[in-house]
Amino acid sequence: MRVLAVSGSLRESSFNTSLLRAALEAAPEGVELELWEGLGDLPLYDEDLEHDVPESVRRLRGDLAAADAILFATPEYNGSVPGGLKNAIDWASRPAREGVLRNKPVAVVGASTGQFGALWAQQDLKRILGIAGARVVGTEIPVARAHERFDSEGRLLDGEVFEQLRLHLTTLASEAVAANDRVAA
Amino acid sequence: MSTVDTTTIAPAGTTWAADPVHSNVAFEVEYAGVSIFRGSFRDFDATLEGSSLAGSARVASVDVKDEQLSGHLQSPDFFDAERHPEISFRADELSLADGGTVAGSGELTIKGITKPVELKGRLAAAPSVDPFGRERLGLALETAIDRNEFGIAWNAPNQSGGNYLGDEVTLKADLTFVRQAD
Repeated sequence: MRVLAVSGSLRESSFNTSLLRAALEAAPEGVELELWEGLGDLPLYDEDLEHDVPESVRRLRGDLAAADAILFATPEYNGSVPGGLKNAIDWASRPAREGVLRNKPVAVVGASTGQFGALWAQQDLKRILGIAGARVVGTEIPVARAHERFDSEGRLLDGEVFEQLRLHLTTLASEAVAANDRVAA
Repeated sequence: MSTVDTTTIAPAGTTWAADPVHSNVAFEVEYAGVSIFRGSFRDFDATLEGSSLAGSARVASVDVKDEQLSGHLQSPDFFDAERHPEISFRADELSLADGGTVAGSGELTIKGITKPVELKGRLAAAPSVDPFGRERLGLALETAIDRNEFGIAWNAPNQSGGNYLGDEVTLKADLTFVRQAD
């Protein structure tokens, strides 16, 4: 099973990207996570561009469509999801009723240096993904005070968060199996 | 000479099918605490045999005035059309009282969850014959459900308090039945 991991942060040493790297290792057997990079290549959503879809958008849609499930990691900017991540979801959700997120099993995690671990951003992200038609699985995983939970190389130090990631991915994977069975049936 | 049984919805032993063009299957829910939002299903069928009614509607045919909303209604947040493409209903013993009042209990299945529901409604005074010689009868039924019990709990907070969508949903079926050949 292939799970695409999309980080909402573009920063080189992003805690959220580090969290997804930890998820790569926490993944249960049979679940292969792949970090997706390309958020920063996407133009701002513009329906006029749909006539000749930019290559970066084509790649986004193709990669999301090919994945069995998607794990999103979001930081929190001004109390919500970063514009870049929202932009990617907007591209992926179009054309209406044919977007690649429809019925796609997805889960969210999030890290912040504050004490709430991007909880609001994760709540908003779940709502946004649901409206885009995705099958949103599991609760939020707020990783607070992220600067204390990763070492200088971006390695996760917190065993409890590691276990949460494993459980989260197990839930996501079982939802994806159900979704695949459905398609095969 | 046959005697008309006045306690069954349609004469016992007869079968009737809903004419989809002249029938409507709709839902109503309170919106923003101030108004009623309505939607319907374009693709449905219903069969009446004596006092037994069975019907189903295709979730993909949900009809609302906004394409985006239609997509959202079919998503896992609401009806989850991929996993549960149909909603269905059956009532085995509808009863008819004086004045055309109809009542009874039935079973409604939405999102794979089956729950008992209480129905009330009206039967049009008498079957009429259309220009093609087919007998028609009209049956209007409604029931109220708590959508949360059927796994449809999505909501959005209203700035002025409470939530945008009501929990109680009224389901209304206005059915024109055409008698089928015996």
